[in-house]
Amino acid sequence: MKILTTWLRALLPELTVNDAQLGEDLTLRGIAVEGIHGLGEGNGSLFEMDITTNRVDAMNHYGVAREAATIYGLTLLPGAAPLPVARPTNTPFLVSIEAEDACGRFTGQVLRDVKIQPTAAVSGPISGFAARMFTLLEQKQISNAVDASNFAWLAMGHPTHAFDLDRIEGGIVVRRARKGETLKTLDGVERTLDPEDLIVADHARPLALAGVMGGWETMITPATSNVLVEAAWFDPVAVRRTARRHGLHTDASHRFERGADFNAAPLASAIVSAFLLENGGYRDGDLVDVQIPALAARTAQRPPIALALSEVHRLLGKTVEPEGITATTVESVLSGLGCKLEQAGDDAWHVTLPSWRLDLDREIDLIEEVARVYGYNRFANTLPTFAGVVKALPHGASEAAVRWTLRAAGLHEAIGSTFCSAGDATLCEPQPGISVPLGNPLSEEAGVMRPSLIPGMLTMIAANLHRDVADIRLFELGTVFSGSTEHVKERSALALGLAGAAATEGVFALRRELDFFDLKGIVEQVVESFAARNVYFDQFPPEYRLTPAWLHPWRAARLTVDGQVAGWLGELHPRLAAARKLKSRVLVAEVYLDRLLALPLRKPAIREISRFQPVRRDFSLLLPQRVSWAALDRALSELGIPEMIDWRAREVLRAGPGMPEGYCALLLGATFQAADRTLREDELQGFAARVLTAVEALGGKLRSDPTSAATGITNHDQDTPHQA
Amino acid sequence: MARGGLFWRLRMMNQQTDNQSENLATPGFEMPDFAALEAEARNGAAQLTTPEAVENFRLEWLGRKQGRLKLLSEAWLQRAPAEQKKLLGQRFNALKTLVDSLLEEATSRSRNSGWSDEALRAEQLDVTLSGTRQLVGAEHPITRTMNELIAIFAGLGYSVGVGPEVETDYYNFESMNFPPGHPARDTQDTLVIARQERRSQRDRLLLRTHTSPVQMRTMEREAPPLRIVIPGKVHRNDAADATHSPVFHQVEGLCVDTNITFSDLKGTLDYAMKALFGASVKTRFFPSFFPFTEPSADVQISCIFCAGKGCRRCKQSGWIELLGCGMVDPAVFAFAADRQPGYDPRKISGFAFGMGVERIAMMKYGVSEIGHFYSGDMRFLEQFV
Repeated sequence: MKILTTWLRALLPELTVNDAQLGEDLTLRGIAVEGIHGLGEGNGSLFEMDITTNRVDAMNHYGVAREAATIYGLTLLPGAAPLPVARPTNTPFLVSIEAEDACGRFTGQVLRDVKIQPTAAVSGPISGFAARMFTLLEQKQISNAVDASNFAWLAMGHPTHAFDLDRIEGGIVVRRARKGETLKTLDGVERTLDPEDLIVADHARPLALAGVMGGWETMITPATSNVLVEAAWFDPVAVRRTARRHGLHTDASHRFERGADFNAAPLASAIVSAFLLENGGYRDGDLVDVQIPALAARTAQRPPIALALSEVHRLLGKTVEPEGITATTVESVLSGLGCKLEQAGDDAWHVTLPSWRLDLDREIDLIEEVARVYGYNRFANTLPTFAGVVKALPHGASEAAVRWTLRAAGLHEAIGSTFCSAGDATLCEPQPGISVPLGNPLSEEAGVMRPSLIPGMLTMIAANLHRDVADIRLFELGTVFSGSTEHVKERSALALGLAGAAATEGVFALRRELDFFDLKGIVEQVVESFAARNVYFDQFPPEYRLTPAWLHPWRAARLTVDGQVAGWLGELHPRLAAARKLKSRVLVAEVYLDRLLALPLRKPAIREISRFQPVRRDFSLLLPQRVSWAALDRALSELGIPEMIDWRAREVLRAGPGMPEGYCALLLGATFQAADRTLREDELQGFAARVLTAVEALGGKLRSDPTSAATGITNHDQDTPHQA
Repeated sequence: MARGGLFWRLRMMNQQTDNQSENLATPGFEMPDFAALEAEARNGAAQLTTPEAVENFRLEWLGRKQGRLKLLSEAWLQRAPAEQKKLLGQRFNALKTLVDSLLEEATSRSRNSGWSDEALRAEQLDVTLSGTRQLVGAEHPITRTMNELIAIFAGLGYSVGVGPEVETDYYNFESMNFPPGHPARDTQDTLVIARQERRSQRDRLLLRTHTSPVQMRTMEREAPPLRIVIPGKVHRNDAADATHSPVFHQVEGLCVDTNITFSDLKGTLDYAMKALFGASVKTRFFPSFFPFTEPSADVQISCIFCAGKGCRRCKQSGWIELLGCGMVDPAVFAFAADRQPGYDPRKISGFAFGMGVERIAMMKYGVSEIGHFYSGDMRFLEQFV
C-alpha cells in the first residue's frame, strides 16, 4: 500500500517532523514504512507501507494520519468536507435490509443531474486535490464517478459504489440470492448465484455482489445523469464466503473481510457525493441510512472493556525510564487512538472502543496499544528467574549418536525434499499402497508425502553426478510418512548414499572404489551404537519379492535387528541407475531408524585386556560355495572357545587355478589369547582341530597347498613383518 | 588399515618369488646354479640398510611358506635322484649358512647404520606435499544452526520439544487463535493432505506451516511453568526463489510462568541474539501482528555485515529483521486450559518467539541461495566440515 506524505500533511496541518522521521516513528509503532521515495520538490514522499492484517483501519491516508496524530498529539482534520444542503424530496429512496445477519448498515445518497466526465475536466478543490494525489500515486484516472469512489477508498479505506439510478427498479434490498438468479458483474462475467451469496438487489433483480463487485447493468456510463451512491457495512464472513465462491478478491472484499468501520459509511458517502457534485447536480433528499442495531452493537457500539493499570504492569514489566507507564500514559495513549475512558476505581477504567478498531475487544488488546504507542524499545531487557530442569528429548542422544557415527565415517548430512512423485512412492514404499498424497501439491513430481528417504537421496546423488561430482557420501535423517489420508504415520528414517572413491586420493593413497562392504560397514557401525542383541544381514532371490525394487537383487541385503527388519542396503538397481542416467555404481541404504531408536544406546562394556601374548593362526580353507560366511561364523561361535578372541575372513577367492568346481577359498584368520596364561602349542593345536571339525561339518576342508606338504595352517606371526 | 597394507606388500613379494622359482625349476635334472644364487644373496644383502629391508630379505630367502630356500628344497632337494641328493644337500646347506650369516651381518649393520646421518638422509620426504586427509562428514548447516540455538536456550533453562510435521487444522490454526475463515490464514499458504473435505474443519490434516502447534501440544501435556524450544521442519505452498522455499525450518520458543513480562521477552531475545551473533549485536523491537501473541513484535538486529552503518545487505538501514515474537495471547492459554487448568491467563503469563533457521544460517554463513540447503550438493556441504 502507498501513502503520500503530502496527503497526510493536508490532514495534519500541525505536523512538523520531516518525512524520514515520520516514517521511522510510524514503523516503531507498528505502522511499518518499508520504503520512502522522494517525489520531488513540494511533493513530499511516497511511503511503501507494510501494515499487518489486523490493522486494516490504518490501510488508508486517514488511518495513517490518525496514528501520527496519536504519536505526536496533533489535531486531525475531519476526513470529509460538509456537503451542500439537499433538496427536500417527497419520495425518499427505498432501502431495506433483509439479510440482517450480514448487512449492518446501508446508506444510499441520490444525486441527480450529475455530469460524468474525466476528473481533469472538472474544476473544484476536491477534484483538483484528488487529481494531484492520483498523479503522485500513479493512479489511473477514469471518470469523476470512478475517481470519486477511488478517492474515498484511498482517503478512508471504505469501499463505496455508484449505481446508475435510472436502471434501478423500485429501491434497494440487501438480501441473500435466490436459487437460479444470475448477475453479470462489472468484470463482464455472467454469474449464477448461490443462495448463500449476499447481494444488493432492486425490487426486480440482483444488482451487485454485496461488498465484492458491482453489476454490469447498473454501471455508471457517460450517459448517466442520476446516481445512487452506496456506502455500507457488510459482515466479514458473509463477504468472504461470497468472494471465495466466485473466485473474486477485490479491494472492497479485502476490506470488508477484515472488518470495515461501521461509522465510516456516511463519511465515505459524503466524500463521493462532494466529489461528484463539483461537476453540477444536486442531492435529492438526505442520506438514507438503514442500520441493524444488533450489528451496530457488535461493531460501533460495543460495550466498554475493563482495563487496570496493574494488569498493564503485570504483562509488560520493567521500563528503561524509572517512572514507566503511569495512569496518565494509559489515558493519553488510548484517548489519542479514539477510545473513551471512564474511571472505574483507582488506576482502572472502562474503555469505550472506536468503531474503526474492530481488532480491539479485550483488555490485552488495549495493553498492546499502550505498549505500542509508548514504544517497545523503551522497555528494559530483563531475564525471568527459573526453577526447573532442562529435559532432553527422548531420542535426542540417540539421533546425535547416529549423526556423529555417520560424520565420523565421512558422510555429509543432507536434507532432501519432503515430497516425491507417485511413481517414486510406489517404488520405495516399505509396504505398497499406503503412501499419502497431497491435496494441493506444488507439482506432480511432489504429489506425495515421501514414504521413504530413497527418492530424495537418489535425486541428490543424481544432481551431484550430473554436475561431475563423482565422489558422494551423503546421509539424510528425516521423517517419512505412511498410512492413509485419515491417519498419517510419521517415522524416523535414515538414508545413506555413496558413490565414487572410498577415500581421498593422495600421492601415497591409491584410489579405491566404494563397494557394498563399505556401505555395510557404515550401517553396522550405526547399528552398533545401539544395544541390540541380534543383528544379521540376509539376501533373497528376486522371486521372493522381498527385496525393494530399487536394489540390485544380488547385491542387496536386508538388515534385521532383534527380530525386526530394520532396513535394506545395497547397490542401486542398474535399471534405475540407467533410467536416471547415472553412470557410476551407486550404493544406497535405508534404515528404519524408529526401530533402532526404540533400543537404548549401547553402553561401552569393558573387558579385561590380557597381558599374555596373542597368537594368530590362519586357516586356508576350501568351502562349498553355498556356505555363507555367516554360517561359518555361527559355527565358529558355537564352538565356544573362550580363548579364540577374534576371527575374520581375510581373503575370499571365488575361482582360480586348482579350485574345485562349486568351492571357494577362504583365508580365515583367528586370534587366540588367554586371560591368565600364555597358550601352549598343544592347546593351540587342539583349538585348530576344533575349528577344522566345524569347517568339515559344513562340508569344507583345509586347502592343501600343491607346492607344500604343510598343513594349510600358518602360524601367522612368523610370516608377518614385525610392525614398528 | 596398517595390517592390510602389510599384508598386501607380503603378497606382492611372494608373487615375485614364485616367478623366480619357476625359472629355477627347469626340467631335466640340472643342479641349480648355486653360485648365481649365492651371488644374488650377497648382492641383495649388501644393499640392506634398514631393519625393514632386512626383514623383507629374511622373508624372501627364509620365509616358511614361500621363502626361496623352502621352494628350492621342495623343487630340487626332495625330488633329486639319490646320487645327487648328497651334493645338493651340501650346496643347499652352504647357501642357507651363507644367507644366515648375511642376515646376521645385515641385521647388525642396519642396526648401527640405520640411524646414521646418511641413512636418515636417504629417507628424506618432501614434507610440502599435501597430507592425506581422513574423510570427515559435515553437520548440515541447518542442523548446526538449530543445535546452536538449542544450546543457547538450554543455557536459559529451555527443554527441547518436537511434534508431528503433519498436523490437524486445530493445532496448526484454531488453537493458535486463527479462527476458521480468519483472513490471517491466508498469509500462510498451506499444503494439505488429500481427501480431507469430508472431515470436520478441526480434524483436517495439513502440513504444519509453523512450529507453533508444538506449543499447544506441550502445554496440553505439561502444566506451567514451562520453557521449551521447538526446532522443526515446516512447509508452505510458496514458490521457490532465492530466499523462499516450500520447505524450511523454524525454531520456536515458549516460556510460561507467573509474572513473565514483555521486558523478559526483550531481555531473553536480546541475550539470545548476542549469543548467536556476538556481544556487539543490538536488538530493537517493533509492533507486529500474530494471532497467537499479543502484544506481538518483530525483532531486528543491528546489521552484522556493517555493524549498523548501512550496507547493501541491510538495505542501508543498519538493521536486519530476524524474528517474530510476543506475549502469549490469552485465547491460546484458554485452549490449553481445556486440558491443563493451570494455564489460567489471569494467573500466569508467557511469551513465545519463532525464527527461520534458513535465514539465520544464510546470514551466518553467507549463503546466497536457500536452495543450496536442500540440494545435497557435496561441494556445498563439505564446506561445513
